[in-house]
Amino acid sequence: MIRSIAGRLGVFALSLLGASVVIFLACQALPGDPATALLGTSATPETIAAKRAELGLDRPLPVRYVEWVAGMLRGDFGRSFATGDSVTALIAPTLPVTGSLAALSLLLAIVIALPLGMVSALRRRHWQGGAVSVLAQLGMAVPAFWAGILLSIFFGVRLRVLPPNMYVPFAQDPVEWARHLVLPVVSLALVQAAVLIRYVRSAFLEVLHEDYFRTARAVGWTQGRALLRHGVRNAALSLVTVLGLQLAAILVGAVVVEKVFILPGLGSLLLTYADRKDVMVLQAVVMLLVLAVLVINALVEVAYVLIDPRLRAGGRA
Amino acid sequence: MRGLELRVGAVLVTLVVAAALLSRFWTPYDPTMPAGARLQPASAAHPLGTDAFGRDLLSRLLAGAQSTVYVGVIAVGIAVLIGVPLGLWAAQLPGRASEVLLRATDVAQAFPALLLAILLAGLFGGSTETAMVAIGLASIPQFLRVARAGALQVLASDFVLAARACGIGRLAIARTHVLPNIAPLVGVQATVSFALAILAEAALSYLGLGTRPPTPTWGSMLQQAQSVWFAHPEQAVIPGVAIAVAVLGFNLLGDGLREHLDPRLREEVA
Repeated sequence: MIRSIAGRLGVFALSLLGASVVIFLACQALPGDPATALLGTSATPETIAAKRAELGLDRPLPVRYVEWVAGMLRGDFGRSFATGDSVTALIAPTLPVTGSLAALSLLLAIVIALPLGMVSALRRRHWQGGAVSVLAQLGMAVPAFWAGILLSIFFGVRLRVLPPNMYVPFAQDPVEWARHLVLPVVSLALVQAAVLIRYVRSAFLEVLHEDYFRTARAVGWTQGRALLRHGVRNAALSLVTVLGLQLAAILVGAVVVEKVFILPGLGSLLLTYADRKDVMVLQAVVMLLVLAVLVINALVEVAYVLIDPRLRAGGRA
Repeated sequence: MRGLELRVGAVLVTLVVAAALLSRFWTPYDPTMPAGARLQPASAAHPLGTDAFGRDLLSRLLAGAQSTVYVGVIAVGIAVLIGVPLGLWAAQLPGRASEVLLRATDVAQAFPALLLAILLAGLFGGSTETAMVAIGLASIPQFLRVARAGALQVLASDFVLAARACGIGRLAIARTHVLPNIAPLVGVQATVSFALAILAEAALSYLGLGTRPPTPTWGSMLQQAQSVWFAHPEQAVIPGVAIAVAVLGFNLLGDGLREHLDPRLREEVA
């Protein structure tokens, strides 16, 4: 079991290395010279060379890559080429915003999707199953940010029960923090739940056809008891895999939803600096988002080993 | 219920494609120019009203379908043309190498289309082209997986063994035996990916990183509605409904086709 987990962590480390190289090369090697861009067309070759030296651009790419990675390991994401601001200082205040938005959305999506997906599988020949499938299909067609716009207009402006946008830090006022997060979280969670329902449904449908399930029913267990005893654990296996992809979807969804609700999160930071073509900030934020997705994927893999005893011997999923 | 998804999906997709084609030749007004007073409600002259610049919303909606279909076709085209050959190649690789390639696609999937597009837009400036390329590149893993899984099944069949025994080369086998057999699978994936491409394109142009104004897209219509949507909710509702209808259409069509191709699924749906 330890070996199996260690193997998965090794794959995680390699993936991280690969992703960081790709991001670094995309940001540093593809676009034009930042020094020239900063100084404009009137700059002389000498001032450009001086600026390149100042920004550290005169050194070879591999050296800069190693410095970038070493810096990140210490929590230092470098400085913006344009303003000289510390990228870490820019990112730090945005993390709780995007972090709570994404985590709460994923949690709410699971809470909505698990019971609805089970109903949809168990009552698939009844109207309830059909209704859930139709709801899921509709939910999947709605962009999360548009759901956010509609919720903000309806609950924020028409009914005036919740703030339509903006953010209040938790430390300043926990109640207002929660009230401001309700609409963004719900808009992201509804759409993700629609996607998740379909996975929950097919995971439970699979269980319903298994011999062990039929046996449990044959010895007189109710469907509900058999499902709780045998179904949940087996269905969890296939669901855990989906969660990694779900988180990736929620993180990018959050980028857009943050614009709708004017939340000062990672997404807003990314968009502001993408507009200014500030490579150092872009590079750092994209790396952080990819890191989050890869970490969740790695945790999912480890969870897989823990849930499924068959994998503990070192077998493969 | 049988076949209902397929039919509804086909109708919605036809509607979107027809709107796109129609808008190439005719829209009630010029979608990029003011055609009346600002923020008018629906009327005989403007069936959906006008936007914050006085432009006819129906005309913009029709022209927006064109942007949507255009970006979707090119993005999915890029993904199919790169992903399917890669998948066929992966299917013929020895186990270890194939495994490594699959792991690489896992990592690639940590870059969702939208993130890649924001990155490209930040490096090169946002445009229709960066949006298409980013969405296309991000969809490659899906096609690689579908093509590889399908090809592995076909390659294990007796008729491929027979073809090999006759001395037919790998490329010829891939072309004459594997491709025709996996085409339906790829088609289903293309339909589903098209729906995802529509969502990504809408989000990008809402963020101002996709197709540049004045060319209308459904996402940029939402962006321009942001300053007025609290007072004029219909400005946000109309383009959003168009996006949802298009995505629903392609999703239903994909599900319907999958069910049609795989009769085993029918029992679950009925």
